[in-house]
Amino acid sequence: MIVFVIRRILTMVLTALCLTFIVFYLTNLPANLEKLAKSEASARMSDEDVTKWIERNGYATPVLQRYGEWLGIVPGWTRTEEGVTTGRCIPRGSDPALAPSHCGILQGDWGFSTVFKQPVSSIIADRLSATGWLMFWVMAVMVPTALVIGVLSGMREGSRLDRGLSIFSIASTATPEYVSGVVLIALFASATTGISPWLAEHGWISGKTLFPGTATSAMENITFWNFALPVATIALYGTGYIARMTRASMTEVMTAQYIRTARLKGVSFPNVVLKHALRNALIAPFTVIMLQFPWLLNGVVIVETLFNYKGFGWTLVQAAGNNDIELLLACSVVAVFVVLVTQLISDIGYVFLNPRIRVS
Amino acid sequence: MTAKTDWDPTKPILEIENLSISFFTRLREIPAVMDFSCTVMPGEAMGLVGESGCGKSTVALAVMRDLGKNGRIVGGSIKFKGRDLTTMSDEELRHIRGSEIAMIYQEPMASLNPAMKIGAQLAEVPMIHEGMAKEEAWKLARQIVADVRLPDPDRILRAYPHQLSGGQQQRIVIAMALMSKPALLILDEPTTALDVTVEAGIVDLVKDLGEKYGTSMLFISHNLGLVLEVCDRLCVMYSGEAVETGSIKEVFDRMRHPYTQALFRSIPLPGADKNSRPLVAIPGNFPLPHERPPGCNFGPRCSYFASGRCDAQEIPMEVVPGSDRHATRCLRWEEIDWNAPLKAAVKTEKSAIGRVVLKMDDLRKYYEVSAGLFGGGAKKVVKANETLSFEAHEGETLAIVGESGCGKSTFAKVLMGLETATSGSIMLFDENVQSTPIQKRNTDTVSKVQMVFQNPFDTLNPSMTVGRQIVRALEIFGEGKSDEERRNRMLELLDLVKLPRAFADRMPRQLSGGQKQRVGIARAFAGGAKIVVADEPVSALDVSVQAAVTDLLMEIQRKNKTTLLFISHDLSIVRYLSDRVMVMYLGHVVELGSTDQVFSPPYHPYTEALLSAVPIADTHVTKQRIVLEGDIPSAMNPPPGCPFQTRCRWKSKVPGGLCEREMPPMKTLAAGHQIKCHLSDEILNHMEPVIKIAAE
Repeated sequence: MIVFVIRRILTMVLTALCLTFIVFYLTNLPANLEKLAKSEASARMSDEDVTKWIERNGYATPVLQRYGEWLGIVPGWTRTEEGVTTGRCIPRGSDPALAPSHCGILQGDWGFSTVFKQPVSSIIADRLSATGWLMFWVMAVMVPTALVIGVLSGMREGSRLDRGLSIFSIASTATPEYVSGVVLIALFASATTGISPWLAEHGWISGKTLFPGTATSAMENITFWNFALPVATIALYGTGYIARMTRASMTEVMTAQYIRTARLKGVSFPNVVLKHALRNALIAPFTVIMLQFPWLLNGVVIVETLFNYKGFGWTLVQAAGNNDIELLLACSVVAVFVVLVTQLISDIGYVFLNPRIRVS
Repeated sequence: MTAKTDWDPTKPILEIENLSISFFTRLREIPAVMDFSCTVMPGEAMGLVGESGCGKSTVALAVMRDLGKNGRIVGGSIKFKGRDLTTMSDEELRHIRGSEIAMIYQEPMASLNPAMKIGAQLAEVPMIHEGMAKEEAWKLARQIVADVRLPDPDRILRAYPHQLSGGQQQRIVIAMALMSKPALLILDEPTTALDVTVEAGIVDLVKDLGEKYGTSMLFISHNLGLVLEVCDRLCVMYSGEAVETGSIKEVFDRMRHPYTQALFRSIPLPGADKNSRPLVAIPGNFPLPHERPPGCNFGPRCSYFASGRCDAQEIPMEVVPGSDRHATRCLRWEEIDWNAPLKAAVKTEKSAIGRVVLKMDDLRKYYEVSAGLFGGGAKKVVKANETLSFEAHEGETLAIVGESGCGKSTFAKVLMGLETATSGSIMLFDENVQSTPIQKRNTDTVSKVQMVFQNPFDTLNPSMTVGRQIVRALEIFGEGKSDEERRNRMLELLDLVKLPRAFADRMPRQLSGGQKQRVGIARAFAGGAKIVVADEPVSALDVSVQAAVTDLLMEIQRKNKTTLLFISHDLSIVRYLSDRVMVMYLGHVVELGSTDQVFSPPYHPYTEALLSAVPIADTHVTKQRIVLEGDIPSAMNPPPGCPFQTRCRWKSKVPGGLCEREMPPMKTLAAGHQIKCHLSDEILNHMEPVIKIAAE
């Protein structure tokens, strides 16, 4: 098992290297650097000045070298011009002699965000924790609901309960976040439409709307009221999806011969479902659930923008929109990391669920 | 359990009266079982025999009241210990299932929960029905596991189903059924998925346990030989009806229904021979449930059919007087001369054996398997074929016999060129094809060596018409100059396999299993094949169809002088049609000789056990009972010395533990009869024949 995990981690590192290089290459395309030069120095630079600026800021070296610098395995560039030494690792105005030779993500130096004028590492930490809370609540709501719905509808295929729950889950999974988000806001967080005016009329709510239309306040203090709508928006889509998966797997298991064996052993129906079917039925949806984590990371882009919740997705939009190379790279590293870790967890969990798979 | 006490043990344990079951689809009601009656007395073993689709499993599931959503009992009653099961509530049924009626299924792997430990699955039964404590239940499970003769019960209880072999799994399923000492055991084809030697062990176990616990049994099988071994009485079913019922002796020796008679004539019994006494196939096809003929269901295929009588009314079950509950569903049973000898079948000349067309010399095929999941660890070598040497002649049928995992399929793959041999040579005609994979063989060689596959259901492309598939084969083999010519050739091939020409435009799904296999044969012979490898060509087919397909193969062989390599595990059919037999065990050829030489002493110990394991549906045959202990060793980790030494009952007769140390050499006993065994000639010469046919 340990050998397996180590092996997997090694593969992970390799994958992460490849993926980050691709992102690095794409964000560092010449056109991007030109844009960066213009936005950093002056929008009306001549082409010559742009080239000069790019050279002066260490962007003219080969891509692989710059990638190495960014990783921190190649010494950062230095450049002495008119007696002033500048370099990747030398903060402006500090003594070049004191600066370290390497400064990449391995040294914990994630660079400086051009949009937020802050070190990237602190931005990522803040935003990620904000998104982390959002994801946690989404998972806490989505997974149990989806599993219950899936198992209930899958255990008696074609029953009325199955049909009802299937309609719900198909509808919810067919509604993307930007639709359900708008619908939910219109229903619960609008002073003119939905149920809020009606409730306000009866004096049942103190404010104008039942739920606030933004989740900005949740950055400091999460409450049911400010968080319910964004969580529901994301969870709704995923719930339907996982529920469909669970249902498919459950219906298949319920027709398996060993379920008939159990039934003809005299096991009662609830016990057939709980003791015999459930574990086997969870094997397939488990992978899907783990795949939801990376998917959530991009799902939050829309919801965070919609509810003005300054999390990871919102940051990603800002970074991409403003050509913030360092921040964009950091975001992609995080995304790659999340994908790989969740897949590792899913593989390990799979082994525990399915005794037929044994890793040597 | 009050029900267990207030019941008179002289009364039948199971009484099915006029049971009718239908399945309801959107289109129509499909009657699956009609007017079925049978009684099972305490301690009695009742056999239900019939071809697939005759409704025998439906009867079993009806007894368990587990017909699914679409199935419904539309008439009659099923009385278990005097209580009618058809009117019971789910709760009452739940108390009976598993505790008083238990069931054993066809596929043991599928009927055990893959994610639960064996012990938990076994212990569950008494915990549900008797409220037994967990520890006690596990203790009982341990005892029952020992009862079904499984080694190392503690380890087995802690294992998951996939860690056991097929035979062990079936023993666990039997143990599970016995956990609460049921009064009635339903066995639905319990050994169909298992090898013959394993089957023999399971059958022995079932019989012993039946005697030990006094359990009544309902034994469902399509194999008449097995029913003869296990049951006291039997009931033959055809197309949803019981057609004949009675004690084993009476039905086997004095059958009174044409279907039963036809069934017996279509299975290869020891006396049958392809040239002098060929099998008689039942003409026509099994009627679909919604297309049953009026009157007698068997009428259209019956050779005693009298129009105006047999198709005029429903045929009732009639008791044969002067017998023990022997009854038949035939109007004419009193008029038919049951002792009339078989109509003189067309005797055919034995085809002449020609020159050598295939010669294998010292062929080996090893597979390298890596031990670790990621290619790490030590490489292991699976020796799928070891020192295979033999010759096959033109017009000859060479049977290759052995249980699963003995390397017979690998051998076929190597010959076809799907795999290349590790060493040794294969001479096809005068060409060495040993290391030529099929992609590199020329069309001529490919079309000369063809294969008929085991499962006709999977080997035809479901989205291409039958004719198109054969034409496609002709195109690939480069037969015919124009489309017109190829189409004509295709129609001729359909004639050859005795399919109507109209079938050319049909899709495979519109064909029955036997018809599909005929298409498979036509495809194999499309390029004028000289050598045909038939890999269990009839084992997926019903008994009555088997005979027809076998005869077809024989006929084409005679016509084309084809060499037939017949791979099979069914020794009855091998004895019937082959000229020479090669017995394989764990990659080695252990015996090779003419059919007579192999089927009579002296035997190789493995051949002897194999012969003894085959159930024979003939009451005149007495067999020596040899049950092999344990399973076939893994080819990954073969035993040292003789591959068969771990299960051989003659091992003690060889002095000095030679069997465990040295691989026996191939020795020649008589002309063309080779055997790989350390036993001395003296012992070999004193071997008793396994099968004896009593004088009539």
